[in-house]
Formats: sequence, C-alpha cells, structure tokens
Amino acid sequence: MSTIVATLGTDRSRRLRAALTVLLAAALAVGAPFYFAPFQVFQLTMVLLYAVALAGLNLLVGFGGQISLGHGAFFAAGAYTAAVMLDRYDIGHLATLPVAAAGCFLLGLGFGVPALRLRGLYLALVTLAFAVFLPPLLKRLEPVTGGSMGLTVDKLQPPAWSGLAEDQWMYFVVLAVTAVALLLARNLLRSRVGRALLAVRDNESAAEVMGVRLALHKTLAFAWSAMFAGVAGCLYTWVIGFVSPDSFSFVLSITLLAGLVVGGLASLYGPLLGAAFVMYVPSVSQDVSEAAPGVVFGLLIIAVMFVAPTGLAGLPGRVRAAVADRLPRTTAGLDRTPETESAPDTEPESRAASEPSATVTPADPAVVDAEPVGAPPRTEKE
Amino acid sequence: MRKTTALRAAAAATAALLTATACSSHRGQDAQDTAADGACKGQQTTGITDETIKLGGIYPLSGPASAYGTISKGVAAYFKHVNDKGGIDGRKVEFTVRDDGYQPPKAVEEARRLVEREKVFAVFQTLGTPSTAAVWDYLDKQKVPQPFVATGASIWGTDDKHPWTIGWQPNYVSEARVYAKYLKDEKPKAKVAVLFQNDDFGKDLLGGFKEAVAGSGIKVVAEESYEVTDPSVSAQMTSLARSKADVLLNITTPKFGSQALAADAKNTKWNPLHIVNNVSSSATVLQPVGFKNVQGVVSATYFKDPADPQWADDAEMKAYKDALRKYAPDSDPANQFNAYGWAAASSLHEVLDGMKCPTREGLRDAVRDLKDVKVNMLLPGVTLSTGPDDAFPIETMQLMRFKGERWQLFGEPVDTRKEFGPLAK
Amino acid sequence: MSAVTEFLQQVTEGLGSGAVYASLALALVLIHRFTGIVNFAQGELAMISTYVAWQLVASGMSFWLALPVTLAVSFAGGMLIERIVIRPVQGAPELTVVIVTVGLFVFVNAMAGLIWSFTVKDFPQQFPDGGIDLAGVRVDWSTLGIIGVVAVVMGLLYLLFQHISAGLVMRAVACNPASARLAGIRVSRVLMLGWGLAATVGAVSGVLVAPVLFLEPNMMGGVLIYAFAAATLGGFDSPVGAVVGGLFVGVAETLTGAYVDVVGADLKVGVPLVIILAVLLARPQGLFGRAAVERA
Repeated sequence: MSTIVATLGTDRSRRLRAALTVLLAAALAVGAPFYFAPFQVFQLTMVLLYAVALAGLNLLVGFGGQISLGHGAFFAAGAYTAAVMLDRYDIGHLATLPVAAAGCFLLGLGFGVPALRLRGLYLALVTLAFAVFLPPLLKRLEPVTGGSMGLTVDKLQPPAWSGLAEDQWMYFVVLAVTAVALLLARNLLRSRVGRALLAVRDNESAAEVMGVRLALHKTLAFAWSAMFAGVAGCLYTWVIGFVSPDSFSFVLSITLLAGLVVGGLASLYGPLLGAAFVMYVPSVSQDVSEAAPGVVFGLLIIAVMFVAPTGLAGLPGRVRAAVADRLPRTTAGLDRTPETESAPDTEPESRAASEPSATVTPADPAVVDAEPVGAPPRTEKE
Repeated sequence: MRKTTALRAAAAATAALLTATACSSHRGQDAQDTAADGACKGQQTTGITDETIKLGGIYPLSGPASAYGTISKGVAAYFKHVNDKGGIDGRKVEFTVRDDGYQPPKAVEEARRLVEREKVFAVFQTLGTPSTAAVWDYLDKQKVPQPFVATGASIWGTDDKHPWTIGWQPNYVSEARVYAKYLKDEKPKAKVAVLFQNDDFGKDLLGGFKEAVAGSGIKVVAEESYEVTDPSVSAQMTSLARSKADVLLNITTPKFGSQALAADAKNTKWNPLHIVNNVSSSATVLQPVGFKNVQGVVSATYFKDPADPQWADDAEMKAYKDALRKYAPDSDPANQFNAYGWAAASSLHEVLDGMKCPTREGLRDAVRDLKDVKVNMLLPGVTLSTGPDDAFPIETMQLMRFKGERWQLFGEPVDTRKEFGPLAK
Repeated sequence: MSAVTEFLQQVTEGLGSGAVYASLALALVLIHRFTGIVNFAQGELAMISTYVAWQLVASGMSFWLALPVTLAVSFAGGMLIERIVIRPVQGAPELTVVIVTVGLFVFVNAMAGLIWSFTVKDFPQQFPDGGIDLAGVRVDWSTLGIIGVVAVVMGLLYLLFQHISAGLVMRAVACNPASARLAGIRVSRVLMLGWGLAATVGAVSGVLVAPVLFLEPNMMGGVLIYAFAAATLGGFDSPVGAVVGGLFVGVAETLTGAYVDVVGADLKVGVPLVIILAVLLARPQGLFGRAAVERA
C-alpha cells in the first residue's frame, strides 16, 4: 500500500482531491434533473436502479466468486412485492421498500443454503432454471399477482411542497436509495464479511483453515446480493408502475450478468457503468441500424469485451498500462507486486497483478480453476 | 482506498451524465407544445402542421418477439405510399419507429422519447399487451392519443379511464365469440380441447370462449397451456388427445400454430375439428405443415392475407405489394404482419381524414366516432365502427375453411356486437 | 386406449422431446470439454447451420448433398468464430468469454432474422411420415430417427473422449491450458477444433429437430434452456450424461405436465429443476460427471 500512496502524493492532498470529487459528483447528480429533458431524467433513473441490482450481483459474482444467472428472479420478487402491496393495501410507496428488501434477503438466504453445495457452472445453471421457472409461477398465482395481465399500480408522485415534476422526484428518490445502497455495498466489503468473502473467493481451503466460517459467509453473500436485486425491483415498480411476468424472463437475468461483466467485476463503480451500458446501448444500436438493432447490440457487447476484457471499469488502467509498456520499464519490479486493492485500475501499479493478461502473452488462455471464478485472483490488503 | 473510491464514484457519475449529454437537450425546451386557434381553440396541435404530421410507433425490433417487428414496415410503407400521393389531407406523414425489445421499461422510455423529444402528434401503435399497459397511463396524463394499439386484449375497450387509448384488431374475446357461434350452429354438443399460450392473449381468448359457450351444450373438456419460451407443444398435444374431444381450439402464435397443426395431422387416431385462431391462420403458417395436412381446418379473419392467392388481383393488395417492394425491399410481402400494419395504417388514414379539428383532441374524438368506415385491406363486410359506448373498432370476423391450397370464406361475416351484445366492463 | 397405453404414449412423447434436448446438450458438453466454457451461443449456431442447410435445399440441392456441405460449413464456421471472436479474449477472465458468447447469441439471432425473416420455414423431413404401432403406442419414425442419430453422435463423442489421442489432448487443454502448452500441445489449435466440432454437432442437432420444431430464428432458444438442464443433470463433461439427462428431463416434465394436475403444463418446467437440484445436492458434479479434484 505504501508504494501506492507515495506515487499519488501526500495523504492530505489525496483527502482534498477526494472531497472535491465527491462534491463534484454530488453536484452533477443533483443538478442533472434540472438540466435534462424529462425522458433523459427517466433514463438516468433507470441507470441508477439497474446499478443497485448490479451492485448486488457484484457482491456475489465479483467478490464472492459465485455465478448467479437467477438475479432477474430476485429483481422480480422485489418488484412484485412492492406492486402487490401497493395494489392491495393503501400504503405509501416507502413502506414497500423494507418489505421487499427483507423478503428478498430471506429468499436469498433460502437459496444460499443449497448454493453452498453447488460450484461455479452448476450453480449458474440451477439459478438460470429458477429464473426460467419464475414467470409461469407468477402467472399461476393469479389471485395475488394479477396473472399474465400483470398489475398496474400508482407511480411515485412528488409531494406538493417539493415543487418538482414527477420525473425529477422519482429521480431524487431513486438517487437517494441508490446512494445508500452503493455505500452499504462498499461498507459491506470492508467489513469482516467482505474480507471473508474475498478470502473465500481467492482460496477457499486456505480461508477455511484460517478460520473463516465458509458456509455462513457464502450464504450471507447470496442473501445480501438478493436483497440488492429486490430493492432494485422495488424501485422499478415505483418508477414504471406496471409489472407483468413476461417482463422478468430469464433474459433479464442474463442481461444483468452481462451488464455487470461489461461494467467491470469486483469494481465498486463497475455497476454504474454496466447499468449505463444496459440502458443506453440498445437505443444507440437502433440509431445505428434500424433494420436489426440486435445485430449491433451483439457486436457492441463483443467489442467492449475485446477492448476491455475486465470490463469498462478496468479500461483506464489498461490504457495506462499500455502506455506504460511503451515507456522504458523502470518500475517493472514494482509493477509485479502482488499487493493490490479490491478494485483494479486508477493506480497503474495495481494492474499488473489484477490483469495478468496485460503482461503475459495475449494468447495465453485463462488458467481454468476447479470452479470458474469471475475475476482473476487478487488479494485484499487494507 | 476510501479516497480512490470517491474518485471512481465521481468518474462514474460523470461518465453516466456524459453519455446522456451526447443527446443533450435543455429541460426548458419542452415548452414548445402548441395549441390551436379558432373553432378548435385551446386544443393541442403538437406534432401537426399544415404540411406535416408526426407519428411514432413502438415495436419489438429486437428480442424474443421480433417476429412482430415487421408490422412497422407495413405501416411505414403505407405512409410512404400515401406521402408519394400527396399525403394525408396535404400533410406528409413522418413516422418514427422505436424499438422496445418487448420490454415494458423500454417501452416507457421510448414513449417518453417520442412525446418529449420527437414531439409526435400521436403514438400510433404500441405492440403487445405488457408494453401498451406500461405506457398508457403516461400517455393519458400527457393527453397524447394512442390509437390502434397492436394487441387484441379486451381491456383497451372495456377500460374507461384511458380515453386516449384504443385498440384496433378484433379483441380476443370477440374472436372467441365467433368460434363459439360457429360451434353452436354446427356442433351444439361439441366437446372442446384447448391449446393456449399462457399469457394475456391466450387467457383472454380462452376466457371469452368459455363465457360465450356457457349455458350451451358445448363443453371445454381439456385445456393445455404452453409458454412462449417452450421449444415445442407436442407433449401438450398428446395430453389433449387423451381427452378424445371432437373439437380442438388452437390458440397459438405462428410457430406453435404450425407445431400443433402438424401434431394433429400426425395423430391418426384422433381427428377433431381443428379451429386455429386468426394470428396463426396465415398461409405462411399452414404451408410449412403441408397443405394436405390442414384440409378442413377452420379459422376466422378480418383482413386480406397477402399469401392467399384469392386476393392476387385485388387492387389494394396490388398497391400493397408494389409499395412494399418499393419502400421495404428487404421485407416479405407475403408475411401477414406486413399486411396487418398496412391495414392499421390505412385505418388511421381514414380516421385522420375524419377529424373535425386537426388536433390531438380531434384525433381522440374521431377515433371514437367511426360509422361503418371502409378500409380496403379489410375483408368485404368488415368495417370500423365505434361510438360513445363502443371502443372496439373491429368486432366483425369472417369464418373460413381451408380447402385445396387456400382459405374459403363461408357464411356471412359474424358481427359479434349483434350476436352477443357489448363486452362486459 | 387403456390407461397404460396412454401412459406409455406420454413416455414416448417425453423421450421424443428429451432426444431433442439431448442433441443440443451433446454440443454443449463437447465445447465444455474442449474449452472449459459454457457457450450460450451454441443453440443459435445450430440454428444458423440449419438455415444454411435450408437455403441449400431451397436452392435446389438434394438434402443428402446439402447435409455434408452444411456440416463442413459449420465446422469451418465454428473454427472461424473461435479465431475471430474468442481468441482475442482468451487471456481474459472466464466470465468475459461467457459474456462474449452471450453477445454472439444476440448477434446471430438478429442476423438470422435479418437474412431469413421470422416467418416459419418448412425444413425437409428425412424420416418417413407416420410411425409404428407398438401395442397401441404410436411411435413416430421421426422420434425414433432422432433418438437413433443422437445415440450415434453420443457414441462417437464417447470414443473421441476416451480412446483417441486428440481426445486426451483436448482434455488436457480444458483442464489446464498452461501445463498443456508446456507439454508441447498447441492449445489454440485444440480450442479451434473444439469450436468446430461443437458447431458440427450443433448442426446435426438443428437439422434433426428442425422438421419437428419448425425453423425460425428462435427455434433453438427454448431448446437451449432444456439442453442446459440436461447437461447439468448429466454432469457437464459426459456425453452419456447429456443424453441420459436429456431423456430424463423430457420424460419427467411430460409426465408431470400430463398427470399431476397441480403442476399442469404451465409449471412443468419446474419439475426438472427440482430434480436437478436434488441430484446436484447429492452429487454436485452431476450424475455422470467426474468430481473435480480440489486444489488445496
């Protein structure tokens, strides 16, 4: 860690820089809905909402090393919890959030137990089967869920005192929830739970020997992750005001995973980038080719993975690494220090360890572990 | 660690905003909505001038339902065809198509884009029940007409809270009533097995059928559903065969329609009267099964099937095929969905011609005040009619039976309004 | 028709759909054995191969000439895809490769719609119409034919995996590419071969099922999910497991759909899910899979 700090300057100046960037980001985020047209504000709202789901998936896939192709189902569970509550009982929107969160947490806990036994690929495909099963189940529970016609509920309405338009109010509410959720995800990772998870992902046996309670932490990871997806689903209901079983097909689950990988696994802001990709790229695809937007969308997914195999979040680091490779390698030894942080990038020093492919020959295939782990192994040092 | 995270958060936020800025527009620009003068004073004229009229449509051009995306090509070809002939009442139509991938949240986004940025006069067609249900509240609040949505759910006509939205095609309940009437006349003691798609379309049609045969000697003895994600319906067909019903009601979308017809033909021990619903009745669905295997199949229709040779010399059909070849050369004129789009667009043309005021309100009122309006792509005897208590433009269908290599229409067009009365709200 | 005959008829039906799932599951297993990844685009590649065959037949070629041409085109196409699309991300994390196959899925599906439209195409049926009657149970020739071909493909793959040096080499690559390279194996050639072979097996699957499912761009989308289930149940590296898994899934869902009213046709997809979960909890590597050796 000390080397990194040294290259970035004194602790004090870093603190200042960080404070400034936080302020800038907050100002941008708060100012946006007053600058953009309502439909663009709506798009930003959707980006934030998907980012919550992706942050949850990131806990599981990026930091926990377990692949889930069923997070669309947890998303749907959260959305339906909110919709059914709003439909049946005369309660405010905010009351649905804790219920959806708690419900999905418990659901995730229930799933986490069998998930303990399943490894990589098998877990991914069992969760995929769950995602496939959910829409017909929702249709069957017609008295509660409204069946295949779905449920239409009230959207979030701005209170009179705010003087805001509907889209602006929605944006701010979702922004607040997203900010809390992302902070929570970040703090989770720095807590005991997070360190345990990373230890488990990087070397399960070693972690167990060192006293990490494997079963507990893996199950909890699933539960937290499901909770985030559920919260995102709840926000979805607030914003769209309509849920139907076919909106939560397994395609959603695959889209979420794709968004996460495109954004950047095990990165704290990868989810935001991934959410922006999921939200904006389909429209861009249509602008490129009216005849077959799918062709362009597919190509763009592949293209992004070519340019940024570790996701968009890792791109700046890669670019800098590429530049550094062309310069005389004075710090070659330093480049290969195994010490690095949970998120690759920003500091050029960390990329060597996080992206072995950048320095090893490009044609080198990934070392296939007994279980497929999303991101390359890394160690966490605080 | 803490600081760099903040840095990253800032970078991410900036990136997200920059993406959005790429298509920047200031919030203040919204105040461009315009209003009319004179007799129509105060009504909205956004998207319509003396020279142009802007329309937008939302279709699944990508994703699992992209088979229906081609409807937009039929619509676009019609408007281009009309523009070449001088436009609608002198106004050139600008038709913007957006893709929602059959996902409700995308439909909301695209509807907002069409209304707020493209400033369309009306959202002409949203496809599918979920997408339409997701946007109709918004359009209602914005007072933007949403005429002729491309879904046959009965709710578009029975609901009275959304005056700006209206369907077009015969709703699924009406279609079910046509089959019920046919069976009541021909097989009053029929035992019916039903294969249906497990969504709003299948449920609506099946529900309508059961309601229409209630109290008669006709009984539904077996029902099997399938999901659009299923690979095949052959297992369901085997289960239905066990019921030994003498009528099979086939409520499916094209691929599954072909599969069910083929499965029925293969099973020589069970030979029910096969009724296939309209959406799967196109010759493009029957032809892969083999015409010899679908003899005697019954269905009902309301517009001319471009794959059916009996319309080959029809003037409107010729115009349609020429226009499609000219304006949408990559699409297949024989595809019924293109003709569907053409028929819906020419219906809108009739409505726009009949507007008292060239305003959004004018369109909203005109579309609910149609008196036996003829549309050339619709079958003879099928017209558009709406009124204060009737928000279903087409409720008449014509029965047909497959013989040789084409459908043969039989009997009089069935007006379900007269036969069964209005739909329950 | 007695209850027993009806039951057997349903079982036959289940075997028929099971064979369909198995045919694609074989391709999934093959590519997993060669490259260690799950290929989401496998079904779509099979679909596009089927379109190639359809196009050849539609342009007047005889089916039995079109078939080998299609298989050859698929083999070359699969290798080409590995070279162009997969090679550039070879060093990247495994999930990156999987997401590239998702991108490939979207691309190929949309491309097929663009070229051949979404209207249903009739694919020539090579097995005779009708079927045989076994004590009142109707078995279609097409069902028998599909099962037969699937069995043959399974046998060939089994031989490939067990007895041929290419099979051993390929297993070495999938297990540990770095060591394989050190041992003098040309890893990238093996990977290309894997993609080519999987595409060929997929093409067989597509051509086999197209007359039953009817050809359109989403033909294999539904099959893929069930093929995943079959491969998961059987163990992801065993061709025998894929076929047994496929048949089992097909029969289980057909029977529950037909006989258990609570489940019904709408929820029958849940049945194999429950069974798979149960099996995996007891045997995490699937029925026929090899337990991965834990690396401490």
